[in-house]
Amino acid sequence: MSTEYEPVIGLEIHVQLATRTKMFCGCDLSFGDPPNTHTCPVCLGLPGTLPVLNARAVHFGVLIGLALGSQIAERSLFHRKNYFYPDLPKGYQISQYDVPLCSGGSLGEVCIHRVHLEEDAAKLVHVGESGRIHGSDRSVVDFNRGGTPLVEIVTEPDLHAPDQAREWLTLLRATLKRLGVSDVNMDEGSLRCDANVSVRPVGSQQLGTKTELKNMNSFRYLERGVRAEIERQIGLLQSGEAVAQETLHFDPASDRLTPLRSKEEAHDYRYFPEPDLVPLVVTGEMHAAAQADLAELPAARAKRFEQQLGLAPDRARELAFRTELGDYYERALAADGHDPVTVANWIPQLVERIGSDADPAQSKVTPEALATLAGMVSAKEVARDAARDVLTRLVAEGGDPRTIVEERGLGSLTADDGGLTEIIDRAIAADPAAAEQVRQGNMRAVGPLVGFVMKETKGRADGGEVTRLIRERVG
Amino acid sequence: MSELIDLTAAQAAKLTRAGELDPAELFEAYRARAAGDELNAFTWVADVAPAGPPAAGAPLGGVPLAVKDLFCTEGVPSQAGSRILEGYRPPYTATVVAQLAAGGAPLLGKTNQDEFAMGSSNENSGYGPVLNPWDRSRVPGGSSGGSAAAVAAGLAPWAIGTDTGGSIRQPAALCGIVGLKPTYGACSRYGMIAFASSLDQAGPLTRDVTDAAMLLAHMIGHDERDSTSLPFPGEIALPAREDLRGVRFGVPEELAGDGIEPGVLDSFRATLELAKRLGATVEPCTLPHAPHALSAYYLIAPAEASANLARYDGVRYGLRVDAPDLISMYTRTRSAGFGPEVKRRIMLGTYALSSGYYDAYYGTAQKVRTMIAEDFRAVFEGFDFVVTPTSPWTAFELGAKTADPLAMYLNDFCTVPMPLAGIPAVSIPSGLSAGLPVGFQLAGPAFSESRLLDAAYALEQAIGFDGSAARR
Repeated sequence: MSTEYEPVIGLEIHVQLATRTKMFCGCDLSFGDPPNTHTCPVCLGLPGTLPVLNARAVHFGVLIGLALGSQIAERSLFHRKNYFYPDLPKGYQISQYDVPLCSGGSLGEVCIHRVHLEEDAAKLVHVGESGRIHGSDRSVVDFNRGGTPLVEIVTEPDLHAPDQAREWLTLLRATLKRLGVSDVNMDEGSLRCDANVSVRPVGSQQLGTKTELKNMNSFRYLERGVRAEIERQIGLLQSGEAVAQETLHFDPASDRLTPLRSKEEAHDYRYFPEPDLVPLVVTGEMHAAAQADLAELPAARAKRFEQQLGLAPDRARELAFRTELGDYYERALAADGHDPVTVANWIPQLVERIGSDADPAQSKVTPEALATLAGMVSAKEVARDAARDVLTRLVAEGGDPRTIVEERGLGSLTADDGGLTEIIDRAIAADPAAAEQVRQGNMRAVGPLVGFVMKETKGRADGGEVTRLIRERVG
Repeated sequence: MSELIDLTAAQAAKLTRAGELDPAELFEAYRARAAGDELNAFTWVADVAPAGPPAAGAPLGGVPLAVKDLFCTEGVPSQAGSRILEGYRPPYTATVVAQLAAGGAPLLGKTNQDEFAMGSSNENSGYGPVLNPWDRSRVPGGSSGGSAAAVAAGLAPWAIGTDTGGSIRQPAALCGIVGLKPTYGACSRYGMIAFASSLDQAGPLTRDVTDAAMLLAHMIGHDERDSTSLPFPGEIALPAREDLRGVRFGVPEELAGDGIEPGVLDSFRATLELAKRLGATVEPCTLPHAPHALSAYYLIAPAEASANLARYDGVRYGLRVDAPDLISMYTRTRSAGFGPEVKRRIMLGTYALSSGYYDAYYGTAQKVRTMIAEDFRAVFEGFDFVVTPTSPWTAFELGAKTADPLAMYLNDFCTVPMPLAGIPAVSIPSGLSAGLPVGFQLAGPAFSESRLLDAAYALEQAIGFDGSAARR
């Protein structure tokens, strides 16, 4: 009898903080600038230099802790994590170890283990075909990234499926974005995710041997990597082999996992308290300042959309988990106090037209315009099909939907409009058999008749209204 | 010329400020002496006097300053006594050096030292040992041996050094000059090449106590670049006290008895008698954990050093020995660039921090450190100062202790407890033993520098030490 296995997944997320300057010096943060143009003696680790902690990074750290419901340590410590690597100019990384800034907390169904502050390493560019350190001809270092403030968020192993991990990371990303503490851009590396994966027989309380997956630098890769690793581990166990504790690199091109041989090998980091920094004390004022900056978070926003505005749960999450969509939606609601559900249903239409990653606020369609259009549809001033064309036009050119409807004669045709009744009569005349079936009560036969009308009116008529009129006319 | 050299720095500054002495002439006189250095005290000497006179009223009067090579000086070699930094010219200047320059003490030269300040004889320099001006067959002490020898020999009017476990006070004692280690945090460490970050402090090495006070007054203060620096409470005034009435000296039995050379002990006791005549009370006191200070120090300092010295990897600056792969490049560079004592301490420190040994070594050492600080705190409830010999012995012959690292470490026996407690201490010359200078150490509570210098000044006047023999 084959055993059923349950995956156990925990995530470690590194988030680059969107401060103006680096963690321990005054260099500006940059992305995409020419290499080694944002450096100074401190972030190059020159002899004699000393770190000075960035107050804004601490503020962001506290803000994240509060958002996750963590315990904020009144006094936390920085440690030196020692290892040799060319991306680490001091030969150690300043990080937090046994007394982190934040402990505990949760987000959604996942408990948080800890949140701590540290500095990012410089960027190594491996010149050569593989793009990885093994097999490269040489490596060059860009110290622009070195010293960028990071928070590391470590979850408890509370996730049990690859798609659940992906969904949760989406929520975390939305939460961080909503807090305004990071660009949370996985492509640019401002959000990086490692996963700890193990499997155990269903019902077992003991954790299996875990592996650590690196390079999960997109939501899709995270899901695929974790899925591939779960399958690999179950396969090993089913064939009587053991899972080895190791660090694996996920290759998205092949879905293959290969053991990583680099600085990530088992190391003794020889942590000890950083003597160049004094303990980090979070005062009451700092706590209050973070509390004041705490915005409504995506999970709470989704709940509000659902409970107060009557949105379906999926739609509520869709809008709330992408801060820019939620913001756009709320601006549209404010512009026109229309039915929130109708307005909400028009946002995906807009997203479909501008591209799924685009921010609608950056498009030519103002929230006011979208609200107006939704209102016109509700009031049957414009038919749904025609409204879709109007939206397409708004995306391309911007402007006011009312003007577009008027200029292009896209306004709804109604019964009062002699034209619509005349077209319906023509439809009945063109397909008397269908008309007869409708008259006998077979409503499925109404389709071809409505189709005829829609074609003749170029979508300007309202489908429900047309159906009602057809039934009236066939008597 | 010899008259100029016999002026203390304070006397020279008074003359330049009064317009009676041309600071350029003074600079050139010392520049020429430093350039003709036969003691190997300097690793770099300025070519020319700084352009223009010092700013009007600059309190330090344009009196040139010798700076230990551990301090970074922009565009000027800063090699920390190590071959791994050979030719390294930093792009910035250490805060204390900049403050002193702004106060009117221009850079005369950089002085030799034990490599990365690890040593007590200056024999661990990558650039050769420094000779003691009192007897050139003997060591000047270390690690600020170059600064001490330069001041004692009249190659520089005054100097700064750094003290981690005694590196200012012990060479000052062995060379017959004054050396002060300030309270931890009193002076910025920014730009001081790190040895042991929680212990390192900059301080003056001078011909007398007044000169030390003048320099210190321009070294102290909070620096926003050094999170561990603190605003100094009050100001450093020039010492003027002639007596010690009401001052209570505590003599810790643990640091002033066994293991101290008889000649040193004689000088120490004679100084205590002088102190009593000046009105001081002298009583025994106890620092029960002081005998463990050396053990704690030789765990904490190497542990911090093992991390501080990891940056010398050949990638960005300093020495690089090329190799076919990265790890070999690291290994070859560090093997060639570091001397044996530095390697020994990196290994000691790495071991002390290792997983499974941390609590037993580093953790225990930190506990001992706390106890030593507590010992001093208790003593200062009943005493103003703790006094001890600075060094257990006078200057020893070159090579006498190089084969036995543990014997060499004992040099710091009397000076190590103070930096572990973070408190200030000053060494003044108390006389000669068999023709070699002996140092007398006074230590006080944190930020007691002004009182400490006052007491040292009173003793100095009574002792009347004459160091001119070393300047010939």
